[in-house]
Amino acid sequence: MMDLSQAFMWSLRRDLSLALRRPADGLNVLGFFVLACSMFPLAIGPQREWLMRIGAGAIWVAALLAVMMALPRLFEHDHSDGTLDAMVASGQPLAAMVAGKIVAAWLVAALPLVLITPLLAMAFSLPVDAIPVLMAALLLGTPVLVCIGAIASALTLGLKAGPTLITLLCLPLYVPVLVFGAGAVEAHQSGLQGWAHLALLAAGMLVSGLVAPFVAALGLRISVE
Amino acid sequence: MNLFRYAAPQSFYPLAQRLQPLFAVAAVLLAAAGLYVGFGIAPTDFQQGEVYRIIFIHVPSAWMAMFIYLVMAGYAVLTLVWRSRLSAMMTRALAPTGALMAAIALFTGSIWGKPTWGAWWVWDARLTSTLVLLFLYLGYLALVSAIEDTQRADRAAALLLLVGVVNVPIIYFSVRWWNTLHQGASVSLTTAPKMAQTMLTGMLLMSLAAWMYSIAAALHRVRTLILDRERHTRWVRQLTLRH
Repeated sequence: MMDLSQAFMWSLRRDLSLALRRPADGLNVLGFFVLACSMFPLAIGPQREWLMRIGAGAIWVAALLAVMMALPRLFEHDHSDGTLDAMVASGQPLAAMVAGKIVAAWLVAALPLVLITPLLAMAFSLPVDAIPVLMAALLLGTPVLVCIGAIASALTLGLKAGPTLITLLCLPLYVPVLVFGAGAVEAHQSGLQGWAHLALLAAGMLVSGLVAPFVAALGLRISVE
Repeated sequence: MNLFRYAAPQSFYPLAQRLQPLFAVAAVLLAAAGLYVGFGIAPTDFQQGEVYRIIFIHVPSAWMAMFIYLVMAGYAVLTLVWRSRLSAMMTRALAPTGALMAAIALFTGSIWGKPTWGAWWVWDARLTSTLVLLFLYLGYLALVSAIEDTQRADRAAALLLLVGVVNVPIIYFSVRWWNTLHQGASVSLTTAPKMAQTMLTGMLLMSLAAWMYSIAAALHRVRTLILDRERHTRWVRQLTLRH
């Protein structure tokens, strides 16, 4: 019997090594993110003041959509080859294994988005001092997106309409993250400090990080049984 | 009398059959009274003129949309913890009415917004959070209809509802912070209402009508669900033979 941290490390290591052997998955998400961001200037025009105004919001919306692209894969591979059934039936702590998968998914799909954000921020002519705020907001907010997404992805496991359905289930629940995430940069730009927004995002990250693995594990049990 | 007896679909069905017309009649009578008070007796608002009268439909439906979501979450707990079949059916039976109420609230809100704010849609806090609530309802309905296995659909949707109901206050708070353009709440439990007595009466009558309608509609839908899911049992066969 593995204890919690062993189960967590096992699934984290397993998912990371699987991701390293299929780097296309993570790179596709990153590519989507960059492309989605570059659509906004093409749609609204190249005026710098407009881009500066919408930059943080556009990057955040693109990040929401990009993270959601990675969600259907979170459990689907393991479900189709039977690993997931074995995990559920094994009697090992499922929530800890789910937590490992969530962290791995965040490292593979979301962290690269945060790291490439400075380049995109410059493309939107965001002031240099706003970039750390935007990165901090993404760093704190994207884990919440993956956590909520893990629940939706567990509930829609194996459904034909899965990927579309995940979008429908997740986006309404993503509203607070989007509001506080994009709001942090806006508050910073308007001369207020973005600390309140960042603190709320951090609180969201802690709460969802604690609760989501259990809820997603329950969701997996419902879907598999 | 043991109320838990009615947790069994077989004994709840005849009860629902008997209660449904009562609630439906009450809904019609209350709505008639409420509309008469609202459109016939209540005075014209000195600021907004006649436009304000849309609140007799707008406010009750917005309340109902929020309240039904809470009730569904309550049934979701019963579904997940006690695996009660009837509460899963009640959750499903309530969902379309809740979505309808949210849609009515949004529709009437935008009708009110055009003359008052000068635009059909304003991204104000309450309209936006009602919109998100409608999306939550639609997500629930989409999930339920996408899963073929009934038991899995019930339990998955119940879990989704619980996640949603935890998030509703956070969404509301975040959207309010994001934008507070809406006029302040004019009916609250802590302060005296700032509206004429007849306006309040009309609105309360309409709210009661919305309650009665929602209950009647849910009972009707739950009866259909019971018959559908229990169609292989002997009592449903006997019931259909009798008709």
